[in-house]
Amino acid sequence: MTSTNKTPRQSMPEQNPQVRARNFEEVPLGYTPEMAVTEAGRCLQCKNPACVQGCPVNVDIPGFIKHIAAGRFDQAIGKIWERNSLPAVCGRVCPQEIQCEGNCLLGRKGEPVAIGNLERFAADWERAHHVCELPSREKATGKKVAVVGSGPSSLTVAGDLVLKGHEVSLLEAFHKPGGVLVYGIPEFRLPKDIVASEVSCLGAQGVRIECDVVVGRTVTVEELFEQGFDAVYLGVGAGLPKFMNLPGENLVGVLSANEYLTRANLMKAYLFPEVDTPIPQGRHVVVLGGGNVAMDSARTAMRLGAEKVSIVYRRSRAEMPARGAEIHHAEEEGLSFELLVNPVRYLGNEKGRLTGMECVRMELGEPDASGRRRPVTVPGSEFTMECDLAIVAIGSGANPLLTRSTPDLPLNKWGYITANAETGKTGKKAVWAGGDIVTGAATVILAMGAGRKAADSIHEYLTWGW
Amino acid sequence: MFKIVKREEMASGTVVLNEIEAPRIAAKARPGQFLILKANENGERIPLTMAETDPQKGTVTVIYMVVGKSTELFGRLRVGDAYQDVIGPLGQPTHIEPGKNVVCVGGGTGVAVLHPIARGMKNADCRVTSIIGARNRDLLILEDKMRLASTDLHICTDNGSYGRKGFVTEVLKEQLTRGGVDQVVAIGPVPMMKFVSLLTKDFGVPTMVSLNPIMIDGTGMCGGCRVTVGGETKFGCVDGPEFDGHKVDFDELILRLQAYTEQERLSHGRCKCEEGARA
Repeated sequence: MTSTNKTPRQSMPEQNPQVRARNFEEVPLGYTPEMAVTEAGRCLQCKNPACVQGCPVNVDIPGFIKHIAAGRFDQAIGKIWERNSLPAVCGRVCPQEIQCEGNCLLGRKGEPVAIGNLERFAADWERAHHVCELPSREKATGKKVAVVGSGPSSLTVAGDLVLKGHEVSLLEAFHKPGGVLVYGIPEFRLPKDIVASEVSCLGAQGVRIECDVVVGRTVTVEELFEQGFDAVYLGVGAGLPKFMNLPGENLVGVLSANEYLTRANLMKAYLFPEVDTPIPQGRHVVVLGGGNVAMDSARTAMRLGAEKVSIVYRRSRAEMPARGAEIHHAEEEGLSFELLVNPVRYLGNEKGRLTGMECVRMELGEPDASGRRRPVTVPGSEFTMECDLAIVAIGSGANPLLTRSTPDLPLNKWGYITANAETGKTGKKAVWAGGDIVTGAATVILAMGAGRKAADSIHEYLTWGW
Repeated sequence: MFKIVKREEMASGTVVLNEIEAPRIAAKARPGQFLILKANENGERIPLTMAETDPQKGTVTVIYMVVGKSTELFGRLRVGDAYQDVIGPLGQPTHIEPGKNVVCVGGGTGVAVLHPIARGMKNADCRVTSIIGARNRDLLILEDKMRLASTDLHICTDNGSYGRKGFVTEVLKEQLTRGGVDQVVAIGPVPMMKFVSLLTKDFGVPTMVSLNPIMIDGTGMCGGCRVTVGGETKFGCVDGPEFDGHKVDFDELILRLQAYTEQERLSHGRCKCEEGARA
């Protein structure tokens, strides 16, 4: 065991920051098989693996790593698929540092095993070789389940239930399935053909995928039951952009991160005019917020040719909710950080276009309800930042479109659906919910974890009753 | 895929009607609601308010003017061709109060959106006086249908080539001066809706307008369709498309509609070149 500890963690090869800051290709390049085997060899194969406990869907991590270490890549992916139907996605976007890798024993004294990189390797290897067989389906039960939305939680529910023999329809409002994986996360972090391939796996397993169906408008939850569905899962995401209600917010050039990223990702506007959807080209871009969505927006703006991109955040670096790796990537790509700065109004010209932003400087005061130190305005610190594009990435709320059309579905005071944390059961019979529409904006893997629990509960209901 | 079952050209070919197979949408749609249409894989999502729905046939109808690349691509689709995506019905349906004295004002392709509302109001025992206008006779659409949907129909053209010479607002002013009007509905180019609303405000007559701001999803997710109404920001897609004309900030809307003018010109220019190269 001592020898394994001496092998350094295999770092992930990445595109050069200067080059990648101007293209949309994926930043990390992936492990070679040799690197994967070496990295897998570092795993201590703990008897009681803490990493598995850190995983919201409890992937048998030492199990799949053991296969990689032995060069049995096909069996590695089979092992992951037992618990996770989206490994190529999770290997890329999970916050491993606070989950599996955060629990890794090796991390106490040195660097944890690169579990995320290995998961990604196994999934990418399978996508290139197609040798592993998909898990087999149980006998048809004759029960029908409608899964509303097609983001990570819905995909997990659909994948789990179709294997249990239920007839599953996935209903997506957009013209492409994948939810936030398709409209939210940029190509350079999660290539869209990977999402398409993981979704098509579900299709191959028998999930019926229907796009262009806005549940709440095209069809209501009640009507789904009338049409013969036995259970409904709501995984529609948060999907309501928050704005700061500042003067000048409706100037041309002020966009929600939702809009900016949807144009870039779902509509592929970075290829304009090869595709038809345009996207604003900012020279001086400011991004408001300090989360992953803010980093994604800022890095997208850089790739679209901005001269300067600034992240404007009202607290300090330490309070930024974005993953360390994302902040690091953003810095490497030349983004600047305007910390402890808060905008107070947008400035525009006679054509109604954004020209700048008036800001104030902040300092940190006492901790607030979230435990983070509350930013307070520094008197007399007003200053103006020149900008022609401002992207508002301060979070999202609960989109009321579906919930308003389902009046007997209990919601909390912020409009999120109330659901049992262990089962996903809502206050309406035969309706489950999970992911961001229950928890508020969170991570892909937490949404998948919620989907897994709901799928178990739906299966139990379809077998035994409510 | 959503197949086109009927296609017509109007206004000397500048305006196109598509009747599209979309049974789920047709079963649910009500006057005033809109669709989002996308022609092909690389296409834009374009919002258009429905001109007609037929739940029995399972079809919806849109009427649009060919103004940019996307509508140019829509216009090239023939009967039997299909839109890759049609999403809806979106937005709030028109609130129709029975038995009222209503004036319906339509300009350009706005007349297509106005028609089902006027008809709905007439069917709800409203007295419907309609005023429709266009730049010239050739550009006027749906005259016959509007006549059927109205108690009275007035026609204006800017150049006097048909009906009365002048703007719809002139006829509207006469109607308002005569009195007894409970409500005005105005649908058409933004400047027309703006001037109608300014006029009716003077007369204190409630006015409903239907807006078509730039948007992507149509479900309240992108916030691109922000409109200031009574000093508050509303989303055109979920709060609208119909709003109180006296409260809408039309000047802001006009500026926001020009957000992508340059890109639209570039895109449309390339599209015409490709067509030219093929011809």
